[in-house]
Amino acid sequence: MANGMAKSTPLLDIRNLRIEATVYPPGEAPKTITLVHDVSLTLEKGKVLGLIGESGAGKSTIGLSSMGYGRGGVRITGGEVILNGRDILKGGKEGFRKLRGREVCYVAQSAAAAFNPAHRLMDQVVEATLLHGTATRAEAEKRAIALFKKLSLPNPETIGERFPHQVSGGQLQRVMTAMALCSEPDLIVFDEPTTALDVTTQIDVLAAIKDAIRDTHVAALYITHDLAVVAQVSDEIMVLRHGRLVEWGGTRQIIKEPRQEYTNALVSVHEIEHQEQNPGATPFLSVKNVTAAYGGGQVKVLKNVSVDIYPGQTLAVVGESGSGKSTLARAITGLLPPEQGTVTFDGRPLANRLADRPKEDLRQLQMIYQMADVAMNPRQTVGTIIGRPLEFYFGIRGRERDRRVAELLDEIEMGKGFIDRYPAELSGGQKQRVCIARSLAAKPKLIICDEVTSALDPLVANGILKLLLNLQEHEKVAYLFITHDLATVKSIADSIAVMYRGEVVRYGSKSKVLTPPFDAYTDLLLSSVPEMEIGWLEKAIKGRRMASAGN
Amino acid sequence: MSSPILKLIAQRIALGILLLLAISVLIFAGTQILPGDVAQAILGQSATPESLANLREQLGLNDPAYVRYFHWLGGVLTGDLGTAMSSGQDIATSIKGRLWNTLFLAFWAAIVAVPLAIILGLIAVRYRNGWVDKLISGLALASTSFPEFFVGYLLVYFFAVHWQIFPAISTVYDGMPFGERMQAIALPAAALTLVVLAHMMRMTRAAILNVMQSAYVETAELKGLSAFSVIRKHAFPNAIAPIINVVMLNLAYLIVGVVVVEVIFVYPGMGQYLVDHVTKRDVPVVQAVGLIFAAVYISLNIIADIAAIVANPRLRHPK
Repeated sequence: MANGMAKSTPLLDIRNLRIEATVYPPGEAPKTITLVHDVSLTLEKGKVLGLIGESGAGKSTIGLSSMGYGRGGVRITGGEVILNGRDILKGGKEGFRKLRGREVCYVAQSAAAAFNPAHRLMDQVVEATLLHGTATRAEAEKRAIALFKKLSLPNPETIGERFPHQVSGGQLQRVMTAMALCSEPDLIVFDEPTTALDVTTQIDVLAAIKDAIRDTHVAALYITHDLAVVAQVSDEIMVLRHGRLVEWGGTRQIIKEPRQEYTNALVSVHEIEHQEQNPGATPFLSVKNVTAAYGGGQVKVLKNVSVDIYPGQTLAVVGESGSGKSTLARAITGLLPPEQGTVTFDGRPLANRLADRPKEDLRQLQMIYQMADVAMNPRQTVGTIIGRPLEFYFGIRGRERDRRVAELLDEIEMGKGFIDRYPAELSGGQKQRVCIARSLAAKPKLIICDEVTSALDPLVANGILKLLLNLQEHEKVAYLFITHDLATVKSIADSIAVMYRGEVVRYGSKSKVLTPPFDAYTDLLLSSVPEMEIGWLEKAIKGRRMASAGN
Repeated sequence: MSSPILKLIAQRIALGILLLLAISVLIFAGTQILPGDVAQAILGQSATPESLANLREQLGLNDPAYVRYFHWLGGVLTGDLGTAMSSGQDIATSIKGRLWNTLFLAFWAAIVAVPLAIILGLIAVRYRNGWVDKLISGLALASTSFPEFFVGYLLVYFFAVHWQIFPAISTVYDGMPFGERMQAIALPAAALTLVVLAHMMRMTRAAILNVMQSAYVETAELKGLSAFSVIRKHAFPNAIAPIINVVMLNLAYLIVGVVVVEVIFVYPGMGQYLVDHVTKRDVPVVQAVGLIFAAVYISLNIIADIAAIVANPRLRHPK
């Protein structure tokens, strides 16, 4: 790995990179915006540089520029990208094609989408190697199998014969890493490779990637929005914001002694003080022994689940994907009528089916979803969206409605100026705020929040959580907060239900659930949450008691 | 491994047969509702009431409709399509040659049109939104927008009259040498190709463009594949189901919708046969031809469905 020459000639030397795109705002003339403002970086052979920032910071754009690639209409308009001693921007299309898949490889965020569903994994893994003629098919396949072993994939000899849909998400992400390593490149661009994975799977994939980087001496640009994750794999970290460099330094310096205020905000993002409330005397909503299934009873997704929700408090439901969290919400709202068990509300049972529930019951239970942009009608203005529950549930119209809408906008810390805007004109965080206002407009007793902060950048998500807590104080609304993110749970919950394969494995007040001794699954879940500490990954892997399901 | 696929395919075929039966009922009912008396039509104005009654008895026209339906259906299933009233000939025998001619023409039109449409579609995607794409789309749309008879007569004008390369009238007969036969069908086949080309090409283009947005296309680009390899290897296999569907619809059209082209080139195919006998109110022939057309349509659509099922790796290789 150690290369005596490395100091003098870095593998990758990006100088004053400027990247622009043309946008076509509705009703206006097309305009050119600058996505990356004169960013420079260097990367030595065999080193890992973490690129971190919120969405729109330009981190993926910078990463892809090392392959001369621009997504959509993105253009590199200035600067130099010097790879292995030459400026690749001068090589033209043919030059890009020769280096892509040979000198630089790419690992995408969602391997499940990045593999072609029509071809077997092995054919895709060795494709770049064969294309560039660096090995024969037999050699390339041997290399791939060795990489599958190194990345501790099950059945490394035969997994290549499978199709992408036959392999789990965590495994696919590792196969994609093997695909990138197979052509023995000098540099790999990892673009949020673990973001789409469950927290318990993420840790395995992260460890596999880290080992593979160490053993193959490949250099890497590791792009993520999660500082705790990047701290585990990077030698250096570069913080970006709005396409500009904020801070660049060694990993230890960035996470322990950040010099910039913005870096500091990123480092301390999850610290919300929330005093746990004691459960009241009687819950207003009780889920009793609910069992629910899809496919006419074929696939049981909820098994004998019982939880209580107290007025004005938050019950957090945590678990990985497929654990039945969202199904619990569907059972409570009546979207998926339970097969057994009851949901009681204010002392009386709620009708199982949504269609059998009176309007008043519908009003009392509102929902906010993960994807705010698809949860709103793109052709309605913010005023119409928030005003609709007012008309529907209370028959409030005209000036009175507008007044209430303005009040609600005020409550979500957005001004009256947003009334006539369309969802497309809002940022991700603003969209989620509008969804919150829409649910509040119905004056419900309970809002079910289904992964409401998962699609948001950490700082924006933090703002949303603070808003939800404030609103709870004013409106005395209760939340059923579904999430896979334990840090969120710590900052918002009063009580917690941990779900695993359709069952509640641990349930109680926040302090009780988060205090040892833990059951095996809760332990796995808690120990898998990345901590902003160098060497955490190795410690966590060593200390695990059970393997994760997605493995 | 293949059991879910076999089940799906068996389902499609069973549904197809059921559909065909339902259509046979419709065809039979439709021709019964038509005004006019078959016996009267055969015997003409001068028929005596006695001879009419005799003929009705003989043709079974006095039986209830369902008896006649099952009688007809039984005949069809055993290959007996009845006798044409106008000529007294066995329908099955006269249709056989016609059907063969129609299939021959459709086959050669398809052999040219399908690959050409798909290749043009691929090229249009490769140079999407550029002048090549616009030229291909423009020409293909223009050729489809012209009515078939117009395209037909244009071809006749240039290739038969002006340059005298191909005959204007596509006469074919039994025992005709293959080369001559091909020369005879060149112009109708070309006219048909021009008519169906645009639809298939536009659909190929749209289906592939849809897939081009996928993350795996980006993966392929980032491996350094050339633009055309990306389309051919990574986009096309995932766009195949909608393409097959539209190809099959057009193949069906080549067989059942060629009346106008056959008339222009005086080609002895099914379409002409049908039109001739509709004007003569020859109900048994119309029924038989209708049923054959329905069968062709349904089988081609079943093939499209099956191809789409087989092309789906999730169904071919379940977890």
